[in-house]
Amino acid sequence: MVDIVFWIIVGITIGSAFMVVQSKSLLYSAYALLFTFVGVTGLYVFLWADFLAVVQIVVYVGGILVLIIFGIMLTNKITSVNISHASVQKGIGGVVVLGIIGVLGYMVFITPWNQLAATEPEQTSATIGRLLMMDYLLPFEVASLLLLGALIAATTLSRKEN
Amino acid sequence: MDLLGFIIILVKVLVVFAATMITVMGMIYAERRVSAFMQGRLGPNRVGPKGLLQPIADGIKFFMKEDLIPSGADKPIFILAPAILLIPALMTFAVIPFGSSITIFGREIALQVADVNVGILYILALTSIGVYGIVLAGWSSNSKYSLLGGLRSSAQLISYELAMGLAVVSIILLAGSLRLNDIIADQQGYFLSWNVFKQPLAFIIFLVAVYAETNRLPFDLTEAEQELVGGYHTEYSSLKFAMFFLAEYANMITAAALTVTLFFGGWDVPLLDESSLGLLGAILSVLSFILKMAFFLFLFIWVRWTFPRFRYDQLMRLGWKVLLPLALVNIFLTGGYLTLTAMK
Repeated sequence: MVDIVFWIIVGITIGSAFMVVQSKSLLYSAYALLFTFVGVTGLYVFLWADFLAVVQIVVYVGGILVLIIFGIMLTNKITSVNISHASVQKGIGGVVVLGIIGVLGYMVFITPWNQLAATEPEQTSATIGRLLMMDYLLPFEVASLLLLGALIAATTLSRKEN
Repeated sequence: MDLLGFIIILVKVLVVFAATMITVMGMIYAERRVSAFMQGRLGPNRVGPKGLLQPIADGIKFFMKEDLIPSGADKPIFILAPAILLIPALMTFAVIPFGSSITIFGREIALQVADVNVGILYILALTSIGVYGIVLAGWSSNSKYSLLGGLRSSAQLISYELAMGLAVVSIILLAGSLRLNDIIADQQGYFLSWNVFKQPLAFIIFLVAVYAETNRLPFDLTEAEQELVGGYHTEYSSLKFAMFFLAEYANMITAAALTVTLFFGGWDVPLLDESSLGLLGAILSVLSFILKMAFFLFLFIWVRWTFPRFRYDQLMRLGWKVLLPLALVNIFLTGGYLTLTAMK
């Protein structure tokens, strides 16, 4: 039963990711991305990573993808534009893809994976919080500074000059 | 998972679903009657005693209407949109505890469908999926009114989601947990231990944001009749329109339940230890939850028929320049207070 659910989620994730690259309409791609994100959330749930799963939805589905769709809808006439060439340079692209698959596959087999406990961990968010605020405080702060810089830059760019 | 556990969960899901549906019907009736009362009319009073069967008549009417799809519409998305809005709306109630716990068949059953570790974030996440239903509906209808309604609504939802989330953060700080049961346990006991007394500012921000999130007056710019006909659901008819309607009311019910859980002690009965009373305590806790929720549902109707609609720029200004800074200040104060008390 759990296995069936797992494979359904995998199917949704990969199928919709394929739709993202294959769809001729930009908006359809964006909407297919929604299902990819939700599928990835499902994979997180299978890893007992409940906090990460929910944050995935809040940040990617609730924030980033909405902004992408906004961008598409507010850009004049872009929604009706059909992408005529879905893919170019098929030969070289194929070689690159095969290379990436090879490297990734090799990595999957040589990495010593952590085995998960079969039962739900007592708490997840507290551990993440402790790690972020104590062990990885500097990278955390640097990342927030970077985001703040991007935010200020975006406001400056979008402001009308007078 | 054993069979009995599976059956128990199934029963809980069915009970919560049925209760939501019945409450929606009650809300539709109450909305019409209360609005009529406020405007000095009678309201629906012919179908059944005191008009109580009116929601059923309304429901049947939805089934009988012709299901129209505009010729220029994007058909698959047009059909998908109401479902994308309705499904998260019905899923959110799953993590809200609606009573203490009862003991049947020698096992303790918590009155809650799923006790999720990150319960409060789960609700915030699902509400953010609901936005897509509205944007998709607005875009796929291929109508100016729908598109404008959909855009307005999504901008409004993502703006107020921030203020709402930040207001909730101060509650999380107090309880030290994202689990709704822990937040309720933190408020138990004496009357003044409810979060509404500990965090009045967060409560006000949360309440205002909730009205914006559920698209209710004074923030119902998405379906401002005078400007946009019906907003994002202008082109919808029959059962698809009913699904939008249902989602709106289901969202209101969840919002009321969440307000009660976060700020009014959830199912807590003041000055009473529910666990010492056994089954009676459980029944009392459910009754207490229903009573508190009913008040907030009534407040939704009351506000709707009392306040005029905001203008769009006022709405954005309130969200970004008033509520958001206030919520941040509130988090700062709460964090400072907690640090000071921890140092002693």
